[in-house]
Amino acid sequence: MPAAIELIGISKHFGAVQANHDVNLTVKSGTIHGIIGENGAGKSTLMSILYGFYQADAGEIRVQGKALKIHSAHDAIESGIGMVHQHFMLVDTFTVLENVVLGVESGFQLDRSLENARQELLRLEREYRLEVDADALIQDLPVGLQQRVEILKALYRGVDILILDEPTGVLTPQEADDLFHILSELRSQGKTVILITHKLREIMAVTDHVSVMRQGKMVAHRLTSETNQEELAELMVGRKVLLRVDKAPAHPGEPVLAVEHLSVRDEAGVERVKDVSFEVRAGEIIGVAGVSGNGQTELLEVITGIRPLQQGRLRLNGTEITPEAHADGARLRELGLAHVPEDRQRMGLVSTFEAAENIILGYHRDPKYNGLIEMNRKQIIAEAQREMAAYDVRPANPLLRSSLFSGGNQQKLVVAREMERDPSLLVVGQPTRGVDIGAIEFIHRRILAMRDAGKAVLLVSVELDEILSLSDRILVMFSGRLMGEIPVAEADERAIGLLMAGVQQEAA
Amino acid sequence: MSVRTANILVVTLITVINLLIAFVISGVFVWSVGEDPLFALETLLYGAFGYDEGIGYTLYYTTNFIFTGLAFAVGFHCRLFNIGAEGQAYIGGLGVGLVCLWWGDWPTVLVFPLAVLAAVVLGGIWGAIPGYLQAKRGSHVVITTIMFNFIASVLMVYLLVNVLIQPGQMSPESREFGQGGFLPAMHEILAPLGIEITPTPLNFTFFWALFCAFLVWRFVWHTRWGYELRTVGANETAAVYGGISVTRNTILAMAICGGLAGFVGINELMGFNHRILLNFQFGYGFTGIAVSLIGRNHPFGILLAALLFGILYQGGAELDLEMEFVDRNMIVLIQGLVILFAGALENLFRPQIEAFVKQLGSKNQTRTVAAA
Repeated sequence: MPAAIELIGISKHFGAVQANHDVNLTVKSGTIHGIIGENGAGKSTLMSILYGFYQADAGEIRVQGKALKIHSAHDAIESGIGMVHQHFMLVDTFTVLENVVLGVESGFQLDRSLENARQELLRLEREYRLEVDADALIQDLPVGLQQRVEILKALYRGVDILILDEPTGVLTPQEADDLFHILSELRSQGKTVILITHKLREIMAVTDHVSVMRQGKMVAHRLTSETNQEELAELMVGRKVLLRVDKAPAHPGEPVLAVEHLSVRDEAGVERVKDVSFEVRAGEIIGVAGVSGNGQTELLEVITGIRPLQQGRLRLNGTEITPEAHADGARLRELGLAHVPEDRQRMGLVSTFEAAENIILGYHRDPKYNGLIEMNRKQIIAEAQREMAAYDVRPANPLLRSSLFSGGNQQKLVVAREMERDPSLLVVGQPTRGVDIGAIEFIHRRILAMRDAGKAVLLVSVELDEILSLSDRILVMFSGRLMGEIPVAEADERAIGLLMAGVQQEAA
Repeated sequence: MSVRTANILVVTLITVINLLIAFVISGVFVWSVGEDPLFALETLLYGAFGYDEGIGYTLYYTTNFIFTGLAFAVGFHCRLFNIGAEGQAYIGGLGVGLVCLWWGDWPTVLVFPLAVLAAVVLGGIWGAIPGYLQAKRGSHVVITTIMFNFIASVLMVYLLVNVLIQPGQMSPESREFGQGGFLPAMHEILAPLGIEITPTPLNFTFFWALFCAFLVWRFVWHTRWGYELRTVGANETAAVYGGISVTRNTILAMAICGGLAGFVGINELMGFNHRILLNFQFGYGFTGIAVSLIGRNHPFGILLAALLFGILYQGGAELDLEMEFVDRNMIVLIQGLVILFAGALENLFRPQIEAFVKQLGSKNQTRTVAAA
């Protein structure tokens, strides 16, 4: 039986960047094949070539033994390849059935093609145990079910090979487990699955084979049963990495930040944060866990002055902040706040500015950067040079446009700026989103060093591993509420996962 | 070749090539009406530079374009599309005129700073109101500034016809300013130095315009206020994150735009007309948008682009006089082509030019390596 997919000598470059270099990959039919690598290792490019978004500069694609040219997603589907994207390609206001049929309606009369499609959809749902209400609107479904619809869409188009690009980023651990069951079911029905991820745990949990990419090259192929997380991490990064962060017990001191009965309504009037109260003490890290979109972003925005405080109050280093006495980012920084925002591209950096200009964002009024009228550019550049060296930002060129740095180095730039101002409260959102493993290790060690220096740290992350390895106390958010507080010693993934899904401990 | 020099080279080449294309197409039009394009070019350049009177007029127009170009550029760095320089120049000019009418008998050394202040305040307010409306009410400045141009226009007609008109006179103009409201003309400035030139409207304001270009450059790129303004323009979310007020900077940027546009009134009224009259600012505000875009919104580029439009204005007038079938409309056509190619289509040849410069750069590098 020929391999489901064979990629032979695939190369692709964008400008000066060699995204894929002479990549070979064989995916056996009826297996789950993981492709793992850091951000920017070339996984997504490779799959985009397979799915027809890009054309390879060189190399050959064989599907079920036949050499093919794939020029578009349409070609890919024709040859039996389907893809579930990281961000779903669904019409929110359409029903499940309408979304499944979209683009492959038979004939002019929509009613009739929907009726035919309904039978086929129900058959697929039964066969692969993918129950979804065919008449539900997409916007009413939780993300886990939306992902099922994406998979059903691909199956409806008769694909034999399914590519999933970082499918668990938006899921709770339980939803991720459900997804893995579905993938196993697909395999038992003879389908081939390619799973792209940067999470080692998922590779170990569900795949049969794993291929590791690093800097555009395929560096290793392994049978999953014959490898382990440490070996894979080392292959991804090219050197030994510590997956666990070693940390001493915390010595919490006085409360630095107190949040009392905080509620937030968004622009549409929907209550995103509901009556949240907690404290962050000096010398401890509070982790806020939760599936993305459960109010963490709004909570962070209010605490850091980006969103006006509407209801409740904050106390930062003894200063009261109330809805009547609003404090913006500049005022809060004076009170000792430092903020590494969730989205560095959109919020933490001005991408068209040079690195030196970004190293003073938010601190640009500091007298040490200013003369009477003009800014002291020499001082600013010197400062940038010093901080970039200390935080290993590469290239260490303060005059380079910020958009030209990689994601990890941009993040180090933001982290350097915020940590070097000696704050008493550090608020960190998704510190390692889209950051490579080497930089993750570095940023984690820096956050711990801040704690050990007696700073209060509030950490919000959707990466449960990150919360578990850094926090001293864990708060779980679901649908705007704090579901509970767990000391890290008693925390386990299952208990937190249930809280993340909105199940109270008593009920569980 | 460093990245910076390469960028400057790319930008310069793009502008020069686009201008050449605009002129070649203009030439085709001139040829199509039966005139000799080369002779037209010669006439245009002769009109602009050929004799000292031509040069005087060219630089006089250039002065206005510098102000309105800067008035667009400052807003642009705060991501505001200021279409209102026309109205801001008109109202700023009203301030200049009122100062000169009231205090015209004072010495010019005192009247000039007062007039500058009046232009900044009135022009600034005329710019700041749309800025406020955008920042607080969400009304887009493109719409409101266009409306404010109309408001300025009818307001000035009303004032000149009913209030400011010199009694017993038919044309809607104010009386002449007192001597203090006369800025020295260039031939008066140069005469004591022993340089004799033909009298033209070119006056002291030209130097003020150069100084303003310098100030704008230092302000936008070297002060914390300019830093805040550019941050708001480049990324509003990051500005809020950094504790920078979007509202404050939007209003401030528009006020600065209005103030700069108001200086057109200094050049036109104090420098030459010596009275308030209708439509002294006519067209300069709108052309300033093109000046700024062609000058890549940088004061140095704006100086060059303003000179280009000064040449087209003055040389175009000469064409109108000299050539039978080339009239005023043909000159507007040429200006339109310049705006089209150097402004709107500026990136048409960018990929080719960038590739060329890159090739040049790598050749240079090999040569340096070989030399080493």
